[in-house]
Amino acid sequence: MPLLGDNKHMSIEVRIPTILRPYTKDAKVVAAQGGDLAGVIADLDQNYPGLGERLLDNGALRKFINVYINDEDVRFIGGLTAPVKAGDSVTILPAVAGGQ
Amino acid sequence: MTLTISQSFVDAIVAQSRAEYPDEACGVILGPVGKDSATRLKAMVNSAHSPTFYEFDPKDLLALYREIDDADEEIVVIYHSHTETEAYPSRTDVAYAGEPGAHYVLVSTRKEIAPEIEFRSFRIIDGVITEEAVEITQN
Repeated sequence: MPLLGDNKHMSIEVRIPTILRPYTKDAKVVAAQGGDLAGVIADLDQNYPGLGERLLDNGALRKFINVYINDEDVRFIGGLTAPVKAGDSVTILPAVAGGQ
Repeated sequence: MTLTISQSFVDAIVAQSRAEYPDEACGVILGPVGKDSATRLKAMVNSAHSPTFYEFDPKDLLALYREIDDADEEIVVIYHSHTETEAYPSRTDVAYAGEPGAHYVLVSTRKEIAPEIEFRSFRIIDGVITEEAVEITQN
């Protein structure tokens, strides 16, 4: 839990899946800033160039990628406009799916 | 490269594939991080409930990753069944393949080969499919 009064000094924790760790020098967890998911992704792309394109396609979240803010799938809480605040945890996971 | 897998897991995957026919069945085998050792099978719900598509429910997926992170495990095998086509990764399978370290196991329960089944394993990395040998152990 974020400490009261300390929020503005805390960043957002972003968990990076194996397949995207080449962009983060193999870091599993990185820090980011932003007021919504789009802002977090823009910040990630600035620090880890190329990561943004792996998450977005024509300005929308790629369907092969699942993104969660804390425990919520962002698809149900506004997608790229989903609000994010200091102390939140963003988890990026590759969808596990396929078909014949 | 080789997938080493116990006969009991092969049997469980085949039984699940038959039980969920005509839908595609899916799941994972987990193991300790870095060992490439398939030790714990976890059947997953195909949230697409479809004979031509499978998908882990996004909530189940998050729970799965939290669970394996806490247990220092990783996904060693991702398996699913094809109900009408051969046990070979489809274009959709390749497009979605997001775990470069995993063995992608495909089972085919198509009618033409019944009662036989196909059980094959692949690596799918950067869109390239590489089939590998399957070594079945008796335990």
